[in-house]
Amino acid sequence: MNIAAAPALNHEHDTHAGPPRGLGRWLLTTNHKDIGTLYLLFSLLMFFIGGSFALVIRAELFQPGLQIVNPYFFNQLTTLHALVMIFGAVMPAFVGLANWQIPLMIGAPDMALPRMNNWSFWILPFAFALLLSTLFLPGGGPAGGWTLYPPLALQTGQAFPFVILAIHMMGVSSIMGAINVIATILNLRAPGMTLMRMPLFVWTWLITAFLLIAVMPVLAGTVTMLLTDKFFGTSFFNAAGGGDPVMFQHIFWFFGHPEVYIMILPGFGIISTIIPTFARKPLFGYASMVYATASIAFLSFIVWGHHMFTVGMPLAGELFFMYTTMLIAVPTGVKVFNWISTMWRGSMTFETPMLFAIAFVVLFSIGGFSGLMLAIAPADFQYQDTYFVVAHFHYVLVPGAVFSIMAGVYYWLPKWTGHMINEKLGRLHFWLSVVGVNVLFFPQHFLGLAGMPRRIPDYALQFTEFNMISSIGAFLFGFSQLLFLYNVIQTIRGGEPATDQVWEGAQGLEWTLPSPVPYHTFATAPVVE
Amino acid sequence: MTHASTHAPDHYYVPHQSYWPIIASIGLFTLMLGGATVLNGGSNTLLLAGAALILLTMFGWFGTVVHESERGLYSDQMDRSFRWGMGWFIFSEVMFFAAFFGALFYARQYAVPWLGGETSHGVLTQSLLWPQYEAAWPTNGPGDIGGFFAPMRPWGLPALNTLILLSSGATITWAHWGLVEGQRGQWLKGLAATIVLGVLFLTLQAVEYRHAYQDLYLTLGSGIYGSTFFMLTGFHGLHVTIGAIILTVILLRGLAGHFTPQRHFAFEAAAWYWHFVDVVWLGLFIFVYWL
Repeated sequence: MNIAAAPALNHEHDTHAGPPRGLGRWLLTTNHKDIGTLYLLFSLLMFFIGGSFALVIRAELFQPGLQIVNPYFFNQLTTLHALVMIFGAVMPAFVGLANWQIPLMIGAPDMALPRMNNWSFWILPFAFALLLSTLFLPGGGPAGGWTLYPPLALQTGQAFPFVILAIHMMGVSSIMGAINVIATILNLRAPGMTLMRMPLFVWTWLITAFLLIAVMPVLAGTVTMLLTDKFFGTSFFNAAGGGDPVMFQHIFWFFGHPEVYIMILPGFGIISTIIPTFARKPLFGYASMVYATASIAFLSFIVWGHHMFTVGMPLAGELFFMYTTMLIAVPTGVKVFNWISTMWRGSMTFETPMLFAIAFVVLFSIGGFSGLMLAIAPADFQYQDTYFVVAHFHYVLVPGAVFSIMAGVYYWLPKWTGHMINEKLGRLHFWLSVVGVNVLFFPQHFLGLAGMPRRIPDYALQFTEFNMISSIGAFLFGFSQLLFLYNVIQTIRGGEPATDQVWEGAQGLEWTLPSPVPYHTFATAPVVE
Repeated sequence: MTHASTHAPDHYYVPHQSYWPIIASIGLFTLMLGGATVLNGGSNTLLLAGAALILLTMFGWFGTVVHESERGLYSDQMDRSFRWGMGWFIFSEVMFFAAFFGALFYARQYAVPWLGGETSHGVLTQSLLWPQYEAAWPTNGPGDIGGFFAPMRPWGLPALNTLILLSSGATITWAHWGLVEGQRGQWLKGLAATIVLGVLFLTLQAVEYRHAYQDLYLTLGSGIYGSTFFMLTGFHGLHVTIGAIILTVILLRGLAGHFTPQRHFAFEAAAWYWHFVDVVWLGLFIFVYWL
């Protein structure tokens, strides 16, 4: 892609409209860069809060018996860990990266609807205040699992309406964020930036935004039914009234499965951006990447039953969901093939973002393979609700989604701040994380296959060794993230100045801008040739 | 608020700092905290305060947008952003209703027949739990939840309401033609007629609800039939109310001389929303009342 960059730099007259000072800048901002920063910092905070919940869980599971927390509080921790990590850490991190990068990558002056952008972000801290405040209510927080299955979830005490309404707020935020992303991509591309020239990160976000708008309202609908079942006497999930508790699971997972891809597709986009940079080769099979992403998104709507194989479904349903689920391996395989082919005979270097990207390809694939195992309905009857499932989805979410976010932050931070990251510290963080995450989650496969159920605070003696190893990995991984925090703060505060291109092989509009990026960019659209 | 250099026609209008989003966030938080408090048996002070803040935000925020639009700050590109935004917002609303339609279909196709012992899957469910239960629709389930009720019949008020709402779809299109052709009288009359039809619909809906509760003993608590009936028609009625308020604001703006035959997206957005509400009603009439 050739870029006539001259107009891009032609906005010095705008510098008097730099960032305002004080708290007002952050509360009232309509600037995509400020809002992106807010999202990312919020996500980092939630990552540490959700992570500390996980560490208490792993500390309790270090040995059999009850040591640290009572079972009821343990259940609150598993529930809140999931809600905080999904809706507070991973999703906002991707929205933050979208806010920063999409306008820079497509040559737009900002997001399409800047005030709504501010609102999308500022709903989140309030939503999580509502959610986390339940820990201090009489009866404590929600303890029925993040999936909120009735009838168990309906037995939640005072926390119940807080959780439901907090989820409504998160949904409103996500939907508005997604509408903004779609409107920006479809309407604000620079002349010459045709759809099939867009960077993969933009493509994956376009499709993710569509998924968000399609399924977040379904989640809102089904948690509303929970609310009315509890407080207004409806019978949606009450078999005595002609409803069905299993119906909740169907509607929930109709949201839940696309949600899984909401948390990974932008990560695919980041990895597809980073690997070509450090392999110094264009992305192999660009068009097939786009079509694979779209195929995965389409399939995500017709596979939800694989979360419910053991719950009671007609045989035709079991088979349908088994085969459609396995189909997902095809477009995902295309992606992994393309990433590897991009690296094939490339002039590879292994800076921190690339290390995370390569680890992503390998470790995400492990999560993908265990997903295929779980997709086989008859085999799933053995795995259901065991630690094997926990190992599976943590492999796709931690060295998958979380690694891609960290790769993206390390990759773009020099562009945002104008300072290079501390490479040595970054690599140390990488190696500690990659070792930690495997020590943490790999033994959980064996625990699951041996029959250890998930969501329990105590376990049979024969599971002790693998649980101890897993907990050691958890603390190694958890505390290694302080290095990430330190590195990010140090890079914001100073460091070796970054060049405009930052990375030798980096391609794309954002690298034509100065580092750090000015507060306002592309007031006049650049022309992409 | 603004500075000159960014307002050349080839510049996208990026609004500067705004107080409204953060006020809206505080309002939404207060509303939700108040809602949770009320549901837990507390007072409704916070709920009302939150609602007031949200209302204030709507006046303030929309007022700012209207003001900027009238000052001509919005380019054609901005107009397209609004169009994409509104279109995808309506799509999200469609998916919200899809969840409730999904519940209705699932209950009718699977849950209720299984409770009645249909298919090998349901035989044990029936014989172990409620051997006397015979599947039928409408139903309040084997537990007779909510007690005796009679179903709502489609060919009285609901059919009349269908006619009213479909007519309102025609009047708003007639109003649109008037606006595009510069026939001020036609567009304002068409718009006013649409609002009147909308209010008439809501009034008849209220009459129907009264009839359901008082004569048919059909309530929100009447098992799965009552749940799906009132949640679907209730959320639809809420959306008609919102649509009617939007149209009223557009009418007031029309009377104040806003909109030109070329530029009137606010009106079109309202019309899109109204048609969406119309189409949802057709689905309701067919699947909730009729079949």
